[in-house]
Amino acid sequence: MSDKTRLQFDYRLKGLMKLFTLFAVLTLFIIFIGVVFKSYPILKTNSIFHFLFSSEWFPQKEKFGLFPFIVSTLWVTAIAMVLAVPFCILASIYLSEYADKKIIGWITPLIDILAGIPSVIFGIWGIIVVVPFVRDYLAPFFGKVSTGYSLITGGIVLSVMIVPVMVNILLEVFATVSKGLKEASLSLGATKWQTIKNVLLRKAAPGIVSAIALSLSRAFGETLAVLMVVGNVTKVPHSMLDPGQPLPALIANNYGEMMSIDLYDSALLLASLVLFIIVLIFNIASRLILRKMERNLG
Amino acid sequence: MQGKFIEEKIFKVLMVFSTLLIIIALGTILGSIVVKGLPALSWEMLSQTPKGGFYLGKSGGILNAIAGSFYIAIGSTFFALFVSIPVALYINIYRKKFSKYSNFVRLCLDVLWGVPSIVYGALGFSLMLIIGLKTSLLAGILIVTILIIPVMIRAMDEVMKTVPKGLVEASLALGATKAETALKVVVKQTLPGIVTAILISFGRAIGDAASVMYTTGFTDNVPESIMNQAATLPLAILNLVSSPIKEVQAKAYASALVLTIIILALSIASRMLTKKYTKNKL
Repeated sequence: MSDKTRLQFDYRLKGLMKLFTLFAVLTLFIIFIGVVFKSYPILKTNSIFHFLFSSEWFPQKEKFGLFPFIVSTLWVTAIAMVLAVPFCILASIYLSEYADKKIIGWITPLIDILAGIPSVIFGIWGIIVVVPFVRDYLAPFFGKVSTGYSLITGGIVLSVMIVPVMVNILLEVFATVSKGLKEASLSLGATKWQTIKNVLLRKAAPGIVSAIALSLSRAFGETLAVLMVVGNVTKVPHSMLDPGQPLPALIANNYGEMMSIDLYDSALLLASLVLFIIVLIFNIASRLILRKMERNLG
Repeated sequence: MQGKFIEEKIFKVLMVFSTLLIIIALGTILGSIVVKGLPALSWEMLSQTPKGGFYLGKSGGILNAIAGSFYIAIGSTFFALFVSIPVALYINIYRKKFSKYSNFVRLCLDVLWGVPSIVYGALGFSLMLIIGLKTSLLAGILIVTILIIPVMIRAMDEVMKTVPKGLVEASLALGATKAETALKVVVKQTLPGIVTAILISFGRAIGDAASVMYTTGFTDNVPESIMNQAATLPLAILNLVSSPIKEVQAKAYASALVLTIIILALSIASRMLTKKYTKNKL
């Protein structure tokens, strides 16, 4: 090949790569614009706050209050976070500070496997294990009758699903805390646990917050696993043993049949918009924090 | 014993307990799927499409869903590869690795990764209506391609970031163009990482349901053309498990076992590759 063709090839490849990179970045903006564009017709009829806080969901009468679904989403997410956060933090501290290499060599693949399991499998697990548990043990324990398909079932399934996300980020975050700092604390006579409490956790605090925020946004958008176990009832839930229907499940359950009703399509895309914006804010904020921590290391 | 030691002991017990709990959770997931799925799993399940009355407990299998899922995963991984390698090379070789632009691209990809797949599915369906594309294998492949591109690029990017600057500079110093350096040196050096990225994306593509729910449709036949509708494993599982009939639910568990085995195989394969890769680096 002559130098000229080589240089031409380089030039063309660079152009192509630039184009693809632009495409990858623009996807985000296209999705955003698309969702806004599609939910615009319904936002013209009323303010966004009306839809967020109205609990009247009667698509046939063109009433699209998202409140029951937002409450369900908040319940499921909150339950998942309360269950998952303490265990994940404790397990991550153990893995990064105490466990020897052999144990880590066993556990990290397991967590990676957990990360790769599709949500439908978590849903099946929920139906096989968690639903009977809630029906036969948890609900009677609180003196209630439940089919087992409830918000807490969804929350339990979600809590397991976000474990790999949170543990992986936490391990990375703990790795950014400098060894010297920990050694200084140890050499001053602090015990290992005191060092963890006063140095590691304090230094890693912003990272822990972002790990939680990222898992929270994952929990927020999770569709199928939750849909399979949460009961899918359009009502404002009052306890965690009630069935509910979170936003993603709402979209998934109804998207096929929206064709015949005006604005239905737009209402469901409005639900997507709400999801998208929340996920966007949590993601950008936590990624920026994490990046800053990484940079401080380097 | 002093209080601080007792505190440490208590927390250590809690930590070990938490770690064990996570392992147990994973164990019950795999365990319950195997226990419930294995009895219903048969050669018939894997090799036949649903016969009449399949959804009422009669004979037939899930070949339609297995085929559909593989078509979608293979197609989308193939397309995504063509976009992902150039992007990963661009932000690592053509731009400075940690330049503002590269980091901005990474941030966008990370955020895209976090966008719920139901949003892709819902919006994708709306777009399909606008351009007049029917629910089909092709539509599913396109949506899943867009869904897995961020996963794939970021997985490749993580490996390409580790390529030493000296290696790139040595190649450039010998008179190679950036294109030659990228394709012949960097791609070669990171090949196992690239394959791992492909496997991870393949796993995500085969397991995602929310994005294909309305874009690919569902059919009892193995799709013959890219414009046909196609069944997918996750949706087949969802359909079967919603049935009130016990035999049909058992088929859902068997299908879940099939999907789990596929995912485990991918996971183990990528782990082995990573191991090999780390050995080479040392």
